[in-house]
Amino acid sequence: MRRAGVAWCFVAPALLVIAVFFFVPVLAALALSLTDFDIYALADRRNLRLVGLGNYAQLLQTPLFWQAFGNTLYFVIVGVPLSIAVSFGAALLLHSPLVRFRGFYRTALFAPVVTTLVAVAVVWRYLFNPVNGWLNYALGRVGIPPVDWLGDPHWAMPAIIVFAVWKNFGYNMVILLAGLQSIPPPLYEAAQVDGASAWRQFRHITLPMLAPIVAMVNILTVAGYLQLFAEPYVMTQGGPMQSTVSVLYFMYEEGFKWWNLGSASAVAFILFLFIFAVTALQLRLSRWQYAP
Amino acid sequence: MRWPAGFLVNGLLLGAAAVTIAPLAWMLSVSLMAPGEATAPTPPLLPARLTLENYTELFARAGMGRSVLNSVVLTTAVTLLSLLFNVAAGYAFAKLRFAGRDRLFRLLLVALVIPAQVGMVPLFLMLKHLGLVNSYGGVIVPAMASIFGIFLVRQYALSIPDDLLEAARLDGASELRIFRSVVVPLLGPIIVTLAVFTSLGTWNDFMWPLIVLNDRELYTLPVALASLSREHVQDTELMMAGSVLTTLPVLLVFLLLQRFYIQGLVLGSVKE
Repeated sequence: MRRAGVAWCFVAPALLVIAVFFFVPVLAALALSLTDFDIYALADRRNLRLVGLGNYAQLLQTPLFWQAFGNTLYFVIVGVPLSIAVSFGAALLLHSPLVRFRGFYRTALFAPVVTTLVAVAVVWRYLFNPVNGWLNYALGRVGIPPVDWLGDPHWAMPAIIVFAVWKNFGYNMVILLAGLQSIPPPLYEAAQVDGASAWRQFRHITLPMLAPIVAMVNILTVAGYLQLFAEPYVMTQGGPMQSTVSVLYFMYEEGFKWWNLGSASAVAFILFLFIFAVTALQLRLSRWQYAP
Repeated sequence: MRWPAGFLVNGLLLGAAAVTIAPLAWMLSVSLMAPGEATAPTPPLLPARLTLENYTELFARAGMGRSVLNSVVLTTAVTLLSLLFNVAAGYAFAKLRFAGRDRLFRLLLVALVIPAQVGMVPLFLMLKHLGLVNSYGGVIVPAMASIFGIFLVRQYALSIPDDLLEAARLDGASELRIFRSVVVPLLGPIIVTLAVFTSLGTWNDFMWPLIVLNDRELYTLPVALASLSREHVQDTELMMAGSVLTTLPVLLVFLLLQRFYIQGLVLGSVKE
C-alpha cells in the first residue's frame, strides 16, 4: 500500500505535465477546430461561436490549403525514398569490412543531423544562390547552366528536398548500420561455403534480414517529413508562388499570423489524421508483407 | 580483386564525407572573411585574411549575446527539469508496482504518434491565460516531461535486478534513498544519453520558441538567426558567423558525447 503511494509520487509530476500540456491541448484542439476562434475571440471570449465542421468545409474549399497539402506530399513522396536510399547506401559502405577509419566516416556523415536546422538552412540558402552560390558555380564548371534554385517555382521544392536529405540521411544511416551489424555472420559464412556471389548474398540475406528495419525507418521518416516547416520558413518563406508552402507552414500562418486559431486547429487535426492513417496503412502493409 | 574493392569503398566514403562536411566547412570559412568577400564572382574557399569582425558585429550590433544567454538558460533549465521528471517516472514504470501501470504506459506509447504541433494552438492559448507567453516559462513548462524520455529510461531501467532493490528495502532504505543511491547510479549511461538528446533538441528547437517568444530580448539563437536572416540577406559573412555561433555548441557536445547519442538513437528507434 505504502509502496503504491510512493510509486505515484515518482510518476505523478511527469504525468501531470504531459496530461496538462500535451493531452489537454490535443483534445482542446479538436474542440477549438469546431469554433470560429479568431482575433476578436482572442480579445473577448463572447465573440466565440461554434461552427461545427465549418472550418473543415472552408479549408477544403481553400486552394492554398490544397496546394500546401500537395507540396507536402511532393516533399514526402520524393524526399523519403531518396533519403532512405542515401542512408542505405551510406550504411552499406560503412558496414563493409574493407573500410578504414570507420568511426571517422560515421561521425562525418552523421554531423548534419545534430546541427541546428535553422542555421544550416541559412547556409544552404547561400549555397543555392543563383548568382554567386557554390552549387551553381560547381555546376557551371561542368557546363550546366545556372539554376535559380529557390527563386523558380519548379526548383524550390527539389532544392529543399536536397537540403533535407543532406540534413537527415545520417539518422537512418545509423539505424540501418545497427541493423546490418546485427545480422549473424554465420549466415554469410554458410552462403560463401555454398559459393553464393556477393550480389546473391545481398539479395537473399541482407535485404530480407533488414526488411523489417527498413519498414520501420520508412514509417518514422514519412511521419517526420510530413511535418515540414522550418525549411520553407527559413529558405523560401513558402515561395516562390507558394510552391513551398507546407501544411504546417500554412497552419502557422493561419494561426499565428492571421490569428484564425479555430481554422489553424482544424489544419493541425487534418494533418494528424493524415499522419495517423498513413502510419496505420504502412504498418498493415509491412505486417502483411513480412508475416511469416 | 580485394585491393580495387577496398579502394572503391574507401574512395566513395571519402567523397561522401567531403560532400557532407563541405557546407559546414564553408560556413566556418566564410564566417572568418571580411564583409563582402564571399560574394565575389569566383567565390573564394578560404578567407584572404582571417577576421573576427563578423562575430564582434553579431554581439555588438545584432544583439546575439542576449540570444546566446537565452538559449543557454532555456536549454539548461529544460534539460535538468525534464531529466528529474522523466527519470523518476521511467524508473517507476519499470520497477515499482501501482494500479493501472501497464495500461497507463500503453496509453503513453500510443500517444507517441501524435505530433506535438496538433496541440500547439490550444497550448498557446493556455499559456497566454497563465501569463507564460513571451517568457522563459512558456518554453520550459511544456517541456518538463516527455513521453519519449520516460520510454527511454523505462526500457533501460527494466534491466535493473529486482533483488538489488529488495535487498536495499530489507536494509530499511526508503524508496527515495534507493532511487538516489542505487537506481540513479545504475541509470547513469541512459541519463547521459537523455541529457544529450534533450539539450540538443531544446537548443535546436524552432517552431515552438518562434510561436511563444515575441520579444527580441527573449529569442533563442535559432529564432534570432531566422529573424536576422530576413533583415541581413546581403550580409553573407555575418549570417555565416551567426550560423557558426548557433550550431557549433551542439556539434561540440555531439563530438564529445556521440557514443551516448548514437546509443539512444538506436535504442529509441526500436520501440515498435
